[in-house]
Amino acid sequence: MTSCLHTIQDYGLRSLGIGERLLPREGFTLCEQVTLIGSGMIWNIYFGVLALLAGFFLATALALGKNAHSRWLRKPAEWFIFLFRGSPLFIQFFFAYFLFLSLKSVHPFFAPFTAAWAGALVVLFLNTAAYSAEIFYGALQSIPKGDIQAADALGMSGWSRFRRITWPTMLRLAWPAYTNEAIFLFHATTLVFFSGFPAWQQRGDALYYASYFADKTFNPFIPYPILAGFFILCTLGIIALFGLINRRLNRHLPQEARQKMRLRFNLIR
Amino acid sequence: MFSFCADPATLDRLPWFACYLTTGVHMSFYVAFAKVVVLLLITAPVALAFGFLGAMAARAHFLPVSLLGKTYITIVRGVPDIAFFLFFVIALDQGVEWLRHKVLCSDWDQPVRQGSDFVVCAQAKLPLNSAAQWVHETYGFALAIITFSIVFGAFAANVIFGAMRAVPHTQLETGAAYGMSRHQIFRRILIPQMWVYALPGLSNLWMVLIKATPLLFLLGIEDIVYWARELGGTKSGRFTSYPHGDWRMWYFLVLLVFYLCFTRVSEILLERIMQRLTRGQATAGGEAQRKAGLL
Amino acid sequence: MKKTILATAVLALSAGVGLAQDRTVRMGTEGAYAPYNFTNDAGEIDGFERELGDELCNRAELTCEWVKNDWDSIIPNLVSGNYDTIMAGMTVTDEREMVIDFTQDYQPPTPSPYVALSEDVDLETGVIAAQTGTLQAAFVAETPATLIEFATFDETIAALRSGEADAVLADLEYLAPVVEDSSGELLFVGDRVPLGKGIGMGVRKSDSDLRDTFDAAISSMKEDGSLNELLIKWFGENTATY
Repeated sequence: MTSCLHTIQDYGLRSLGIGERLLPREGFTLCEQVTLIGSGMIWNIYFGVLALLAGFFLATALALGKNAHSRWLRKPAEWFIFLFRGSPLFIQFFFAYFLFLSLKSVHPFFAPFTAAWAGALVVLFLNTAAYSAEIFYGALQSIPKGDIQAADALGMSGWSRFRRITWPTMLRLAWPAYTNEAIFLFHATTLVFFSGFPAWQQRGDALYYASYFADKTFNPFIPYPILAGFFILCTLGIIALFGLINRRLNRHLPQEARQKMRLRFNLIR
Repeated sequence: MFSFCADPATLDRLPWFACYLTTGVHMSFYVAFAKVVVLLLITAPVALAFGFLGAMAARAHFLPVSLLGKTYITIVRGVPDIAFFLFFVIALDQGVEWLRHKVLCSDWDQPVRQGSDFVVCAQAKLPLNSAAQWVHETYGFALAIITFSIVFGAFAANVIFGAMRAVPHTQLETGAAYGMSRHQIFRRILIPQMWVYALPGLSNLWMVLIKATPLLFLLGIEDIVYWARELGGTKSGRFTSYPHGDWRMWYFLVLLVFYLCFTRVSEILLERIMQRLTRGQATAGGEAQRKAGLL
Repeated sequence: MKKTILATAVLALSAGVGLAQDRTVRMGTEGAYAPYNFTNDAGEIDGFERELGDELCNRAELTCEWVKNDWDSIIPNLVSGNYDTIMAGMTVTDEREMVIDFTQDYQPPTPSPYVALSEDVDLETGVIAAQTGTLQAAFVAETPATLIEFATFDETIAALRSGEADAVLADLEYLAPVVEDSSGELLFVGDRVPLGKGIGMGVRKSDSDLRDTFDAAISSMKEDGSLNELLIKWFGENTATY
């Protein structure tokens, strides 16, 4: 038990480069595997949270663009969404890394983007923005006509109508599907070091450490299930958090309707 | 392939490419495209079946079955597909062989686990060790389909579960009023009516499934990404008649175009299916179609 | 000494005949590690190990079939019984010997070289690129140098060319053709690093008959000099032989 605490001290923040410099090379206790894979989760959470937060705003803009009357707004938004939704993340990472490498030689500003913490974050951000934009666009299309008419009748227009009526209704309608997207994005963060970006000084995400152990022990049946366990816990966390937000989004609805929605949400996700 | 390909080093650009693009390895690359499409076409209905079973189990009134269904949906959805693929295929393969071993070689006295080795009797091997290579490949392909189906079945189960709940209750009550049994209501009303609610979610899932195919090489299938990496890598003149530099960029560009086209075609087809399903439904879309028909 | 080796060889070879009757030996390889094993223009597995393996099977009178498998899962699939041997340029190490058995080596240990763009790179503290999961990556991780790991070998060379890394550490035989083709752009620099105990054929620990059979066949190829011929054919005049 104390030796495990010691391991956590040594390796708990190893993925950030803090703690023991050398990874364990023999023995490989369960505690070491759980600690290091957990340490790698820091990166998965970092990529997931930041990409989702930033992607949310771009997605709103893109959805509005795709919904716009003007061709000049609509076409670029449509193409952006199609390009990022139509190709595997695998390939997006590949091209992004090549692109950032060549940009780096043009201007030193791009230097950080060849490292995963910035480069992969940009790709994940654009990717989730495209997927979320499609969800938001679908929601925009199904906003009840009456809501907009009521806003007009109250003399609202432009920004105030968008902020008070269109946007909240869109979110409410899109939320269950958006929760799914958050889960998918979070899972996609495992691809960062697996295919796209190099790992420096053995600082990687959870999958990087899991495959490190699988490679050293030649036994895939321990590290990967540990990894799976961490992800199940985090997925449940996402579902709980998004459930809370959903409740807040629907707090104005009559008690009965709200209850029903919440119940249904929990089961559908 | 062509008769003038005997000595590629002497060829001009155009015939060189004609020869290069028709080598045996490139043929394997083209076959891989077909493999991906076939795998997707088989996986989709199988995953749908898994999804259906999962949703039915989750809806069951018998608690253990319902818990089983819900556990399947929650666990498999919670795990990233890569992590699942990295250990599940070997586990599945060992599981099947272990079962066969128990049935076929009951007189076997050695342990199945010897250190890190997994040893079953020769008859229990699947496919048999002496089987032709294509049998092994087909078996690997089948394992990949099952693995993909289990993963995407969990997501499909989730969508179908939601869709079944979305069917208006009044429609089911109408069935009851006509004197239908629970079973009849389920089969004649709930199943046909739920598709229109399930399709948007299922289409989205299909799009995600298409984009998961680059992970096939983890399951031991030589898919298009495997070949693109392999063929695009720098080739030394010592080991091939067609030396070239790092061409991965171009090969990946081909893959990009393939995936974009595949996505576009799928979008168009799914749009048509949605139009048909919407016809006569009591939804906003159905209402719009009705009005358009009246005008 | 020689006599005992020969005696065991004969013994094991006759055991091999017994094996041949009831099983096909499936040979696992990666198919992407020239010149050891690679996929040729016709789409078949080719290379030093293909030629050597076929000859070994021939001498042991076994029917052999080649199977390609991804490098990362090559050992788990062997112990799981999806094929019976690994010939994939696999260096014998203590770690691997804990899980699987190896035959005697069929290529002597060759130290791994560094490759860089110029002579004056700092190998002690610079940025060294290596492929994830290789012996070289594990070695660099323990030195003061900064390790940068890529999923494929091609990416390590690309990183060297783009300046992301100062040097690449990899197997000599794999780097040699790359350096040769670069017409002076890439150079071998610094001291070579001895890693591992040569390259051998991996078999399951529970499959000691098969290991003895192949061990004997390798011995007989070492005896009559045919292994050396193959080594020179695939790795050039200067390569280490027996």
